[in-house]
Amino acid sequence: MTGRRCDILVPGEPGGGTALVLDAPISFWGGVDPENGVIADVRHPQHGCCIAGSVLFLSGTIGSSSASSVLLELVRNGKAPAALVLHEPDAILLLGLIVAREMGWPPPIAIRLNREHFSDYCNARVNVSRDGVVELTR
Amino acid sequence: MALVLDDGERRLLDGGAGAAMAMRIVVDAARLLGAERLVPIASAHIDGALYHGDSGTLFAERLVAGGARVSVRATLNVGALDLTGCSSVRLDKRKSVMARRMMTAYRALGCETSWTCAPYQATHRPAFGTDVAWGESNAVAFCNSVLGARTNRYGDFLDIACAITGRAPLTGLHLAQNRLATVLVDLSGLPAGFLASDIAWPVLGSLYGRLVGNAVGVVTGIGVRPGEDALKAFGAAAASTGAVGLFHMAGVTPEAPTVAAALGHLPPRETIRVTEEMVRDAQSRLSTAERPDRVDAVAIGSPHLSAGEFETLDRLIAGRRLSVPLYACTGRHALGAIDASGMRKRLEAAGVTIVADTCVVVTPILAEAPGGVLMTNSGKFAHYAPGNTGYAVLFGSLAECVESAVTGRPAIGAPS
Repeated sequence: MTGRRCDILVPGEPGGGTALVLDAPISFWGGVDPENGVIADVRHPQHGCCIAGSVLFLSGTIGSSSASSVLLELVRNGKAPAALVLHEPDAILLLGLIVAREMGWPPPIAIRLNREHFSDYCNARVNVSRDGVVELTR
Repeated sequence: MALVLDDGERRLLDGGAGAAMAMRIVVDAARLLGAERLVPIASAHIDGALYHGDSGTLFAERLVAGGARVSVRATLNVGALDLTGCSSVRLDKRKSVMARRMMTAYRALGCETSWTCAPYQATHRPAFGTDVAWGESNAVAFCNSVLGARTNRYGDFLDIACAITGRAPLTGLHLAQNRLATVLVDLSGLPAGFLASDIAWPVLGSLYGRLVGNAVGVVTGIGVRPGEDALKAFGAAAASTGAVGLFHMAGVTPEAPTVAAALGHLPPRETIRVTEEMVRDAQSRLSTAERPDRVDAVAIGSPHLSAGEFETLDRLIAGRRLSVPLYACTGRHALGAIDASGMRKRLEAAGVTIVADTCVVVTPILAEAPGGVLMTNSGKFAHYAPGNTGYAVLFGSLAECVESAVTGRPAIGAPS
């Protein structure tokens, strides 16, 4: 499959890693440990998985307005996803990336992709380029 | 359409370092949201002063160093410390120092030291129809739904950036057409006894959030008119399980004098008739503890307890001594009232730990108890406690919570 060009939601560092496609919406606050990136919500189907260094595919987010703080903290701790792929823009979450840039901590890129394509990437090695192209890698 | 800024807004971008940074954040958020203009705001409620790690402290201190000040009334949501000294927080020394620095920085930006997730019960009640920028999901739901002021769900950083600039992206729930309900949630099939019970609203809120997600719904068929504390519990639970920023209740909330008005006189996109089975399922999902034979702690007050809720607690305890700790989370607004009446002394003598300025789910206050069981009457605590505290949760009514705190065993079925 060739690369797919996506809209860039927040410009940032390009990145590659294993695609982690979340099966259910997640609340970052209370749902992800800001120190290590592990999914802490016991009710989430991927409880215990680690989002650090992954290419994280989010079909939706829920809950607390502190998601941006958790994402900023993950960026500063070096535990953020390598790239974020969202079905739709989530201003609360993505603000964490905008503030990271303001603080001088290089954020990962965030792009927009319709969730119907998410299954093309599940658990594969994926790269997201600086210009928003997502593709499978070997 | 690209975002258009007026002269005043452009001047802020070239102003002091702190205000300019705040304006860049507002502008970036506006572009992300597809807004074409910014809208002046009347007030803000700031969720950003809760310590999640050093990055948030450094951000606030960067704004202070840049000379930023809020330009509108701005109340503060909970912090990570109990500055009143009512309860002790088990943050380690380093984190405690950083959390205090963060709280100090937000005060230096000109925010009010309200430290509550229920600012709407602490005199901060924006007028119907005004634009505001509020953070904290339950406060947002209450502000939009019960007060009829207009706010989106402002995340950390954007809330303070809006408060400094006095502007917010004109989009989402600031626009009248986006405030109309598209989903009808009909409760008329539920027994009147359930609707009148005190678990009804947190359970229904939790169900509602899962059913509607980020859509706007109108609830009908409610029978007994819920009071303000019930609406608070409903909104908090709904905003925990779904991205609920605004709900309507026909005949109760100000933008829903009738079902038809809430729907903008259009047919609903979806109608959900809530059944007893759906309610039973929603209620059982609020508990994660499987057939517990003991309760290690009880936590209430998410959102923060009002003075009226303290009166109910005091009446239910009825002078008895608790055998397990009961944490009652509140803000300074209610603390003053219960201090003055002598109730605080009485509750503390019974074994209640009052927690002010913060709460047991956002900062370590509960004893470390691997495998411990926490009982609560809050849909929001029930949702977040397992991930944030490590306790398994048992959900029940306030009366059941109090009886369990007295006996140390789950007292499900205690009369209220």
